[in-house]
Amino acid sequence: MSLRRPYRRSMAGWWRKNPYFVEYMIHEGTALCVAAYALILLAGLLALARGEAAWDQWLTLLRSTPSLLLHGLLLLGFLYHSWTWFHIMPRTLPPIRLGGERLSAATISNAGLIAALLASVLVWGLAMRLAS
Amino acid sequence: MKRSNAPIFWLLFGAGGMLSALIGAALVWITGFAAPLGIGLPSEAASYANVLALLQAWPIKLAVLLVISLFLWHSAHRIFHTLHDLGIHAGMLARLLCYGAALVGTAVCMVVLGQFV
Repeated sequence: MSLRRPYRRSMAGWWRKNPYFVEYMIHEGTALCVAAYALILLAGLLALARGEAAWDQWLTLLRSTPSLLLHGLLLLGFLYHSWTWFHIMPRTLPPIRLGGERLSAATISNAGLIAALLASVLVWGLAMRLAS
Repeated sequence: MKRSNAPIFWLLFGAGGMLSALIGAALVWITGFAAPLGIGLPSEAASYANVLALLQAWPIKLAVLLVISLFLWHSAHRIFHTLHDLGIHAGMLARLLCYGAALVGTAVCMVVLGQFV
């Protein structure tokens, strides 16, 4: 190890100085919501595996105010994730040509958002069918 | 030339990101509000017997496994790369913690789903 300890610029909070990177950190941060939700589902499965009493406890927990607040936060995180995911998509896809013209970024984003809306309606319809 | 394993993780990241962007919010609404509170769904939808019966069906098991595991792989990859942006070196420890957590979560999910017969 060198004893000279050359100067190194700190990386603490660099992204806060530029609105572009603040947005970047927020949309990257939605990964925490996705992870938390996957763990909540997994915890629910574990409660179900432990039997009826454990499942009823889990349901009571889901109906509590902290859980509802957390799920509200998760809902916002997922909505923001959808929004940014489809706005970044034109930059992550190879160029698509339709009739000689390149598909515009707005068309790709809007198609993605409409697909998300349709898929959500489909999932809700499926939930209603499975629950009845 | 040694093949890179990056495309595998990137593919899982992309698949999980797409799945969560398409139906994530709807799922949070259903499992966080509609089912436990009985909003728009019958109040017994979230009962032990009903949920257990659902999870005994193979298509549902597969769907639940896909959602949980892909969500975990998506967030593991994204958190791993954002740690680097925060100045935490993207070394072997960070890699093991992020992808290891996704791997363990996937394995636990498979074992638990296997118990509902």
